[in-house]
Amino acid sequence: MSRRPYIREMRRSWWLRRRRTLFYMMRELTSFFIGLYSALLALGLVQLARGPQAWDSFIALITSRGGVIFQLLCFAFALFHSVTWFAVTPKAVPVSAPAKAVIGAHYAVWAVISVVILLLAGRFVDGSIQ
Amino acid sequence: MARSNKPILWLPFAAGGLVSALIIPVLIAITGVLLPLGLIHLPYAKLVATVHNPIVKVIFFGVIAFSAWHAAHRMRTAAHDLGLGGGIFVKTICYGSAILVIFAATIALLLL
Amino acid sequence: MSDTVLLSITRYDPEKHSKPVFQSYTVPYHEDWVVLDALNYIKDNLDGTLTFRWSCHMAVCGSCGMMINGEPKLLCNAFLRDYQDKTIKVEPLDGFPIERDLVVVIDSFMGKLASVKPYLIAKEERALSEGEYLQTPAQLAVFKPYTQCINCLLCYAACPQTKLNEDFIGPAALALAHRYNLDTRDGGKNARAETVTSNEGIWECTFVGACSKVCPKHVDPAAAIQQTKISASVDWFKSLLQGSRS
Repeated sequence: MSRRPYIREMRRSWWLRRRRTLFYMMRELTSFFIGLYSALLALGLVQLARGPQAWDSFIALITSRGGVIFQLLCFAFALFHSVTWFAVTPKAVPVSAPAKAVIGAHYAVWAVISVVILLLAGRFVDGSIQ
Repeated sequence: MARSNKPILWLPFAAGGLVSALIIPVLIAITGVLLPLGLIHLPYAKLVATVHNPIVKVIFFGVIAFSAWHAAHRMRTAAHDLGLGGGIFVKTICYGSAILVIFAATIALLLL
Repeated sequence: MSDTVLLSITRYDPEKHSKPVFQSYTVPYHEDWVVLDALNYIKDNLDGTLTFRWSCHMAVCGSCGMMINGEPKLLCNAFLRDYQDKTIKVEPLDGFPIERDLVVVIDSFMGKLASVKPYLIAKEERALSEGEYLQTPAQLAVFKPYTQCINCLLCYAACPQTKLNEDFIGPAALALAHRYNLDTRDGGKNARAETVTSNEGIWECTFVGACSKVCPKHVDPAAAIQQTKISASVDWFKSLLQGSRS
């Protein structure tokens, strides 16, 4: 009896075929939007450095309809990134650490940082730093 | 088989994952929701004054650099997953884009 | 709930088929049967040529790993009652060459397993007169989950990276390396690092996490690999600072 082991090729669409792998690919895709938004931030700094007119054009860009839609898309993916990132953090710590506490700590830090940044930005509300 | 130098790519990726998870959402809330709604203003002079602070520069640099690197590394592996290969072309586009973004931010922060 | 179940099973005889085909069988439904019972019924009553690995029938030997409706599962752990009124599709474990019917060639895994040196490597020479190693329950708890692997290879079937790169050492082998690295009796982390921290080792992993989800013994190879990435990066950084590559 001769052997002829059969090798099954992996399809390019492998990640579409099951919910788990589709979820994985979407999770990885969140980083694309993180990257795009970081580029937007860099652009903002560049325009800030170039002077008031350049800055105004940047503000016009990010408050335009297209700019807002793009940012809302980034926002959705960024939130998905945060949630999925925190969810796996217990895997990176020793077995004994309680998973819920590790995840909860991340959410707590997230909340604190977000509030602090909002408060700092809020000092710009009416155009004056209080 | 030899010990890989992947840590040099992976460590900033991991840091970027945490930094972007904690900070990017609130920043998008500011620039993409509150600002267009007029609930926050970002006037030029005040922003320049704020960014003049070296600590603020370091924070901006950190957020942008680590987030960009996180995206680059993850997109590189995603390209491999999607069958787009992991060769020099993919690596150049991914890490190259991040380096451009980081470079632009660095120059801007040095000038500000 | 009908009193029969329809199974669609991969058949492959290299002397008859150019590629695998599906063959359908109808077996009686029993509340307490697992798919392994159905396969044994087929072999005993319908088709004695059906070929498949199995042994303990209680999820400890690791022999009967298959793809059941596209999901890596042990035949002895998949209950007929959970597939109510659905056709049960049984295929060989994903990612391995098919030898015959449901039997796959696992030689590649055997090589990968051996390459991580899955045995205690003593820190230093120890005379018999020094007595036994002492280990507290707390020290054991640190690595205990990673000792539970039964080499069923469901994790390899679940992991896309093992298929995208055939040389990837893979979840079970890396989890076992971690088991020894965490054991207080072991001093072999450096010896294993050549394989474990190579490009074919932990760095091929993109943390899909499917391995841990399908593991019937809750070994959590995904956690083992992520923890190894961190410790390997720390070690790499340390060796960089010390200016020497060991």
